[in-house]
Amino acid sequence: MKKQYQKGWLFVTPVLLLVAFNALIPMMTVVNYSVQETFGNNLFFWEGMGWFESLLNSDRFHAALGRQFLFTGLILAIEIPLGIMIALAMPKEGFWVSICLVLMALPMLIPWNVVGAMWNIFTLPDIGLLGYLMNTTLGIEYNMTQSPFAAWVTIIIMDVWHWTSLVVLLSYAGLVAIPDAYYQAAKIDSASSWAVFRYIQLPKMKQVLTIAILLRFMDSFNIYTEVFVLTGGGPGNSTTLLSIDLVKIALGQFDLGPAAAMSLIYFAITLLVSWLFYTLMNKQDSN
Amino acid sequence: MLGWMAWTWPTAFVFIGIFSAMAVLTIIEIRHPGGGERKGVLGLTTTRGDRLFISFLGTAYIFLAWLGIMGEPLWFPLGFSICWGVFCFWKV
Repeated sequence: MKKQYQKGWLFVTPVLLLVAFNALIPMMTVVNYSVQETFGNNLFFWEGMGWFESLLNSDRFHAALGRQFLFTGLILAIEIPLGIMIALAMPKEGFWVSICLVLMALPMLIPWNVVGAMWNIFTLPDIGLLGYLMNTTLGIEYNMTQSPFAAWVTIIIMDVWHWTSLVVLLSYAGLVAIPDAYYQAAKIDSASSWAVFRYIQLPKMKQVLTIAILLRFMDSFNIYTEVFVLTGGGPGNSTTLLSIDLVKIALGQFDLGPAAAMSLIYFAITLLVSWLFYTLMNKQDSN
Repeated sequence: MLGWMAWTWPTAFVFIGIFSAMAVLTIIEIRHPGGGERKGVLGLTTTRGDRLFISFLGTAYIFLAWLGIMGEPLWFPLGFSICWGVFCFWKV
């Protein structure tokens, strides 16, 4: 038998240890919490699968999960096509390439809580630039602290502003990697620009787009800071996404058992979707 | 030392089970390298590790679905999960 990868273990061990401490052990603790009730003081009482059962039948959880899927669905439906369109419109060579790339990267450099605070001030009806413009100059009633619709529009525009660039940069990387020969062949066949997009650019971008969708799914499904800073989950519960509800249960109400059960269900959803994407990508690779 | 982790015997057994399964796969991998790769009925190329992962993920969803729709006791989903695991290692 041929021995291989012996030195590999040496390099991998520190990462394994790190993952054990910052992911595996906390994860095991969450599993332990999810089957128990605690009132603090390190006293735990066996609860069994009760938290899972009550959570899976709770309207509050269904509503938060529904809002989370709605948010993620809307984000993907806007950011992916928009990102592709911007990438297609960007120059492929010359002076403007670097300017466009830097401009695109800027929103992603801003920390999440700062983005939330920025958009909060930006949309305030009395002092915010956008809020003042909408309410006073244009006469459109727009107040995200009072209207759930305005709050949703604001969190979606905020996320689109913050993260479309990621899709743009990934799509752009896919686009510039297409050899000129494909375009020349298309020109000889006098293919329309739609045909070029449909049969050359889109198939060539498939790989990077799968990664873009996966990253945007994960990020938007786990989003917390931006929305929390912007709306705090309000007005009412209208923008209380899954993560915000989770923190409310865990730290607000100190219900560690239900919060742990909720985290595990949250984790199972993320794991399933990531696995599906991973499998899809591998299938594309093998094809 | 591990008091803060709030261990219980049932959860400990779950993790012992998971880690034992991984250990068994590691031993099989050392004896027969290559992961036993094959193309299964779902059209996926899977190794033994993939099949274990799919078994566990499926099991989690079987239990959650049963808890959400029917509630306790959980003997039926346990049976389904064992069948699902056997199916995964046999056909997937």
